[in-house]
Amino acid sequence: MSVLVVVECADGEVKKSSLEVASYGADVAAMLGTTATAIAVGEANEANLAKLGEQGITKVLYDAEPRLKDFVNNAYTKLIATAAEQESAKIIVLANSNIGAAVGSRLSVRLKTSLATNVVELPKISGDQFTVKRGAFSGKAFSDVVLSGDRKIIAVKKNSTEAKHEAGKTAEVASFSAQLGDADFADAPKQVVMQDQAGGILLPEADRVVSGGRGMKGPENWGLIEDLAKALGAATACSKPVSDVDWRPHHEHVGQTGITVSPNLYIACGISGAIQHLAGVNSSKVIVVINKDPEAPFFKAADYGIVGDVFDVLPKLTAAVKALN
Amino acid sequence: MKFLVCISNVPDTTTKIAFTPDNKEFNKAGVQFVINPWDEYALTRAIELKEAAGSGTVTVLNVGQADTEPNIRKALAIGADDAIRVDAVPQDAYFVAEQIAAIAKEGAYDVILMGKESIDYNGFQVHGMVGEMLGIPTVAPAMKLDMSGNTATLEREIEGGKEIVSVNTPFVASCQQPMCEPRIPNMRGIMTARTKPLKVVPAVGEPARTTVAEYALPPKKQGVKLIDAENAGELIKLLRNEAKVI
Repeated sequence: MSVLVVVECADGEVKKSSLEVASYGADVAAMLGTTATAIAVGEANEANLAKLGEQGITKVLYDAEPRLKDFVNNAYTKLIATAAEQESAKIIVLANSNIGAAVGSRLSVRLKTSLATNVVELPKISGDQFTVKRGAFSGKAFSDVVLSGDRKIIAVKKNSTEAKHEAGKTAEVASFSAQLGDADFADAPKQVVMQDQAGGILLPEADRVVSGGRGMKGPENWGLIEDLAKALGAATACSKPVSDVDWRPHHEHVGQTGITVSPNLYIACGISGAIQHLAGVNSSKVIVVINKDPEAPFFKAADYGIVGDVFDVLPKLTAAVKALN
Repeated sequence: MKFLVCISNVPDTTTKIAFTPDNKEFNKAGVQFVINPWDEYALTRAIELKEAAGSGTVTVLNVGQADTEPNIRKALAIGADDAIRVDAVPQDAYFVAEQIAAIAKEGAYDVILMGKESIDYNGFQVHGMVGEMLGIPTVAPAMKLDMSGNTATLEREIEGGKEIVSVNTPFVASCQQPMCEPRIPNMRGIMTARTKPLKVVPAVGEPARTTVAEYALPPKKQGVKLIDAENAGELIKLLRNEAKVI
């Protein structure tokens, strides 16, 4: 019996959300008196995989099959299922990412497990009862969900748990082969197109986010958002009306039907705070609202607020951040 | 081409969420229910593809009790041809996936579409479970879907980019924007929807694998601390020294 952690890699680096997942998996293993093994997917680098020891991982399985570099639903599912059988894994932990959801849902049927996605805390284990807390109603509520059966899959929400770092600890990297063949890669992507991310920071994983709404008056003013984001090391985002009129691309749209973010800091500039927008951001730790309308509903959900003109306030904030650094 | 579009019945996006006094169930009192907004992309795109091909059918499927029928009729008014309701409380994603898989298999549907996730349970699981139960590919979440004969080309969102994927029917896709502009019913659609077939069938399969023990609302915010716009730089000091987030 062990805990199997799915670790997503890109360009040789382990994704931040996967460091959180590794740490979560190691904590669950400790609760159950066992060890946590990781299975790496994507373009991995063995030195970085060994560093997963810092998150409490004992062993990392790595299949060097080159076609696993890009996400292939069938191949990834088979790879992880094979690793789970080899390790007799009772618990599989993965990120609540597009990859994690696509693979986790198939695995739950193939391995006959229960599955909880969007999980925000470590489980409560009491005898046979295994309960996890997960986000529901688009961030407007939580639910405690009891997972049945002796095998379970948990998909952990990004930024909801912190990755621990125990410097100097290393994991053993073991080569592993799931004997994947051409048939497993039948649904391989024809092409992968990566977007230019502002400052290279992925919005769903970002620690800090600066977001703009219709109050920014037009795409030509986004430099003000980008300047503050750059100074803070933040990702940029926008509200739905902004992406609907194509001021900003869809993948920056945060809200109920867009991306859900839960950064440590969310700065909303010229966004009134419709309930659909709040659904995408209300699990952020600290929310700052800048709006010239003191009646904007967003202020009710904010920790800090400035009633003022974004065109006047944003440059001041950027200058203050630069002065601080 | 036979399209099966799965829709769920969810609280309107503006709903203030509340629970029953024992926190075991969502409090439906006074709540307006709508077609899950993500599912609207699946429905409209299926109708567009059927129209473009000049042949085919679009069937909507809902797992729910009789109170979901107004929204099933709405989907028919938007342009679906017929509907199936599995008469059961949608207990969890696994249970719902079993119902969809059974109906998809029986009806030999070519394309099974649904929204990325429901805005109430936020599971983002059903698509993959259905695909696995049927042994067919799943593309999730899909931002674009085009069909040419039996081959579909989709854009699948990945963190930081997209994949262009092509699959043959049958397949499952979970849909999100900017796939299409969701349609709203017109008067003619509303009139014809009344007489379109809506079949009610019993649930099948094994019981749910997860149960909700309790719901909770997030802790209340302490209230906003306002900083004078003239002195905006003060905010940055507070974020560093008080909130400790920068």
